[in-house]
Amino acid sequence: MPLIVTDLAVARGGVPVLTGVTLRLDPGQALILRGPNGSGKTTLLRTLAGLQPPLSGTIAGAEDRIAYAAHSDGLKSMLSVAENLIFWARVFGRREIDAAVQAFDLHDLRNRLAGTLSAGQKRRLGLARLLVTGRPVWMLDEPTVSLDTGAVALFADAVRAHLAQGGAALIATHIELGLDAAMLDVTPFRATHDTRAGASDEAFL
Amino acid sequence: MNALLIRDLTLAFRAGGGFGLGLAFFLIVTVLVPFSVGPQEALLSTIAPGVLWLGALLACLLSLDRLLALDFEDGTLDLLATAPLPLEAALSVKALAHWITTGLPLVLAAPVLGVLLNLGGDGYAWLVGSLALGTPALSVIGTFGAALTVGIKRGGLLMSLLVLPLYVPTLIFGAEAARRGATGLDPTTPLLMLAGITAGVIALMPFASAAVLRVNLR
Repeated sequence: MPLIVTDLAVARGGVPVLTGVTLRLDPGQALILRGPNGSGKTTLLRTLAGLQPPLSGTIAGAEDRIAYAAHSDGLKSMLSVAENLIFWARVFGRREIDAAVQAFDLHDLRNRLAGTLSAGQKRRLGLARLLVTGRPVWMLDEPTVSLDTGAVALFADAVRAHLAQGGAALIATHIELGLDAAMLDVTPFRATHDTRAGASDEAFL
Repeated sequence: MNALLIRDLTLAFRAGGGFGLGLAFFLIVTVLVPFSVGPQEALLSTIAPGVLWLGALLACLLSLDRLLALDFEDGTLDLLATAPLPLEAALSVKALAHWITTGLPLVLAAPVLGVLLNLGGDGYAWLVGSLALGTPALSVIGTFGAALTVGIKRGGLLMSLLVLPLYVPTLIFGAEAARRGATGLDPTTPLLMLAGITAGVIALMPFASAAVLRVNLR
């Protein structure tokens, strides 16, 4: 089941940032989002993940299929690595965490408190969370922040394995992951001043 | 749902989780009241139900700040909102966890502290009963307040102002039931009103909480 986005307009703080976004993501496919800072990549991902409503346009095939990962990983510093993963697995109705621990090389850290991990280790744990959700479509916002080259390679392998199993991924990133993926630059979709007028709902909030 | 409840309870009992904050506050207030009022047994006995109820309410209020703010800061709420668990259920579970870590200890500690305030002999069962019936409403309403102010840094003041008026009916009927019980009057009516308020907010408030949280997460 592909993810099909048609003529989508998204807003941040009541101001439209992207309009007319149309894309299609088939199973087994990855799409890299590019664009300068503030161009609306995060807003687009949040809208597709269902965290905010679109201004207009339609999203098909996203319902209950998306695993979202952004700058903060939803980790509790007073829980151990395994406890954090088991919690997220159970929230998504699953139990298995060994594959995720394996994929992101967290075995030696299993019983460490998440609060004592380094930034890169926390990020690996946050990405391992994607695997335990079992969701087919990954929406990743700058997933490689604070990862070293070895961990980036682990991450790229995990994405490849996910695609090989029929999953899909939409990744906003600035670095080269070495994936065989299409590229989408969001710059042409940036909202112009004409579309900003009258579209704000701020007055009612 | 179980996973969320277990996680919240685990976090509350681990270092820095804030378990005992409300209980300690409740203890301090009720221990200090006899000192400030003076050793007048009749007066203390009159104000005991009201003081115990007020102390319990303020102790609940004190711990609401952390209810959603920590989960908001580390991104957990964003991820929960995209999880299969409905946000209404997640917030109900969080309110339940808050009640178990804050309301339930208050209910259990109240009879001991009643002795300090010279609470009338028959009053203990009604005090515990009214607190057991009323404190769940405090947690559920508090979750709504926390959801309203979740994105605001230092939103504690605003949340207190928003939540306190909603707490008033629970306080009135709860303290009235405890007072009537302690003075030998029939406490059935205020207890029924209290039970009605609690049942009503447990049924309806999570929908309001989830709606305002969705707006705040945008």
